[in-house]
Amino acid sequence: MPDRPPDAVIKAEFEPRIVAFFCNWCTYLAADLAGTSRMKYPPNTRVVRVMCSGRVDPQFVLDAFAHGADGVLIGGCHPGDCHYQEGNYKALRRFELLKRLLADLGIEEERVRLEWISAAEGDKVRAVVDDMVQELRALGPCKLEIGEAEDSLAEVAV
Amino acid sequence: MPDSDPSTNSHVRVGVYVCHCGTNIAGTVDVKSVSEYAASLPGVVVAREYKYMCSDPGQGLIQQDIAEQGLNRIVVAACSPLLHEPTFRRVLKRAGINAFFLQIVNIREHDSWVHLDKGAATQKAKDLVRAAVRRVSLHKPLQKRQVPIHPSALVVGGGIAGIHAALTLAEAGKQVYLVEREPTIGGHMAMFDKTFPTLDCAACILTPKMTTVGSHPHIKLWTYSEVIQVEGYVGNYKVRIKHKPRYVIDDLCIGCQECIAACVYKEGKTPDEFNLGLSKRKPVYLPFPQAVPQKVVIDPETCIEFKSGKCKKTCIEACGDRHAIDFKQQESVDEIEVGTIILATGFKTFDPKRNPNYGYGRYGNVYTSLEVERLINAAGPTGGELVLRDSNKPKSVGIIHCVGSRDSNTNRWCSKVCCMYSLKLAHLVRERTGAEVFNFYIDMRTPGKGYEEFYDRLLDEGVHFIRGRVAEVSDFAAHPSEEGKLVIRAEDTLAGFVRRIPVDMVILAVGLEPQADAQDVRRMFNISCASEGWFLERHPKLAPVSTFTEGVYIAGACQGPKDIPDSVAQAGAAAAEAMALIDARFVELEPYTAFVLADECSGCKSCIPLCPYHAISFSDEKRKADINEVLCKGCGTCVAGCPSGSIKQNFFEDEEIFEEIEGVLAYA
Repeated sequence: MPDRPPDAVIKAEFEPRIVAFFCNWCTYLAADLAGTSRMKYPPNTRVVRVMCSGRVDPQFVLDAFAHGADGVLIGGCHPGDCHYQEGNYKALRRFELLKRLLADLGIEEERVRLEWISAAEGDKVRAVVDDMVQELRALGPCKLEIGEAEDSLAEVAV
Repeated sequence: MPDSDPSTNSHVRVGVYVCHCGTNIAGTVDVKSVSEYAASLPGVVVAREYKYMCSDPGQGLIQQDIAEQGLNRIVVAACSPLLHEPTFRRVLKRAGINAFFLQIVNIREHDSWVHLDKGAATQKAKDLVRAAVRRVSLHKPLQKRQVPIHPSALVVGGGIAGIHAALTLAEAGKQVYLVEREPTIGGHMAMFDKTFPTLDCAACILTPKMTTVGSHPHIKLWTYSEVIQVEGYVGNYKVRIKHKPRYVIDDLCIGCQECIAACVYKEGKTPDEFNLGLSKRKPVYLPFPQAVPQKVVIDPETCIEFKSGKCKKTCIEACGDRHAIDFKQQESVDEIEVGTIILATGFKTFDPKRNPNYGYGRYGNVYTSLEVERLINAAGPTGGELVLRDSNKPKSVGIIHCVGSRDSNTNRWCSKVCCMYSLKLAHLVRERTGAEVFNFYIDMRTPGKGYEEFYDRLLDEGVHFIRGRVAEVSDFAAHPSEEGKLVIRAEDTLAGFVRRIPVDMVILAVGLEPQADAQDVRRMFNISCASEGWFLERHPKLAPVSTFTEGVYIAGACQGPKDIPDSVAQAGAAAAEAMALIDARFVELEPYTAFVLADECSGCKSCIPLCPYHAISFSDEKRKADINEVLCKGCGTCVAGCPSGSIKQNFFEDEEIFEEIEGVLAYA
């Protein structure tokens, strides 16, 4: 069960919380590059490193929403560039199915993104996070009813 | 969702170390507050902040705490794990605990360097530290896998970098395969006349090395060949190499070139690639006199025998009983096993037609710098005479710098070598023709040993330097003195007015670009390119010749514009890295492999097609899937795909990732 936000957080202006799953070889490096290039983007993402975007189990995304994420960003290598040949294609396939599932749960499709970001595209990390944060600020908090979500997630996850 | 079972974690004693990285982190993130917060988290025994965690005292701090406080899990909040994860794993190992009881939190590249709001950056650091503390509690002891290394190396590209790398390895007794796609090795350097700043003759320093490569017992040289497939992993790469047909049997051709003289074509009719089309060659040819190997090539596009089958085949007659010519030769493929790979695939020069205002292709006497290298080369198409298209010597020459470099319309980067080679050409043009030489530059960039001194020397030789980017080259005469000349129009930014300078010849100092197929090559070898298309090194300072793929190294201009000394130095470095790997005889692989929980596997087989490495097999007898640890590369795609959750990935177990997700999202 997610924690209840402290009062200070509830009263403050809404800032979306984004869990980002970045693959080790492209997007994580791109985020590192954004850092070494001192690019600036909003501090709303929390990166979880996985070796390949193909490792992103749809349950990770559901778990993030169930625990209070307002958005989920998955970053992988460009098509044809996967370090493991084709993990990103598997990620894409799952992502398409996942989007339908999220729609059924009432989670807006803007809340989840799959982006191909190569190790050279530090600026794309900046641009994508910028854009997603703006979009989610406008969209507001994820209105997933926690109790209900836990139930429905329990159904799909098991 | 699985929550961590506190009973299994009661033995966990976590130490958290927050790095200041000087002011790199501490300037934005309140490290003291992060460390105090970490100390309050369940399971954390000690939390500290320190100026440089990666330094000796910083590492010592962790080691001491492990010994004195009985820590068994470590969280280091510092720079990217790609930088210092190995460093801190060694600390754990030295302290006597499993190296994988470590979690790195990236609060530099992903936090302090990209955010301005100190409060938010500190909060982010706390969230990430909390997640790491929760995750690390679940870490299991893991061992790196050891695999033997094939004691051989593949070098791709036979320019000066590839040649030097191959020779260095071969001299150390390693078996080297050198693959070059052109019919000869030598690369761009073989085309140059002199090299800056010493004005050594390029051929004199290069050709002995080329010959050594051709005859070295430890080097298998394959020219006119290309790598078509790469499989495997560090220490154990399987590479397929395609040999294009030369229509000449390598082992039988002795390089006497009698076939060339005997060819039914009395004169060459095809633009000679090596001379950039400035001369003509026959269908049977040797790229240049010092080519290695000294084996002729037959071009099926222009050879009459290939076109009509009705040639008199005087070449075969001339070859006589050597029987080296074989019109039926087919493409062939070799498969080799190597432990390491060095990519030295070089560069291409900028095509100045992309800057139409300089008139290249429109005015005959506008040349690229590389073409002029051939013209002034004693072995070149004019025997070293620098002449105009009408065979007269130029009386005035303009050299335009930064063509396709430092230009937001084409390439933004500085090509690094053009200033120096322009100075060299200016010197050679004056020496050979006595012409007035005008250099049009944006900035003179001459860092390097003896380079600035060479510039000074040129200033004394009476070469003119005009600071300003050239607007256009035209044949429009605004004054009788400009009749029949090429007029260079440029703003002289030092004098503050626009100049028109009529010259006989224009030399475009074209910049360096990644090879046209650099993207294909990088895909094949599973490495990355920077945004400009140059191959990406693992770390610009600490691992400049390594790539993110273990066992694959880069050398020379394929990594970025580079002059000859730098290319050779890098080739030596790449060879040393490759040698270190080979001599270690074993390589340690990350243990991030997947494994099947046989008891829970339902035998649905849905994981099997997910694996691109065919690492998953199905046992008909047990009705279970099984993962071959040696073949598994640890992407985790099958883990995410298993419908019953019965595949696990070491270090990336579901529980560990769930803990991290829930950790970053928790409020306290």
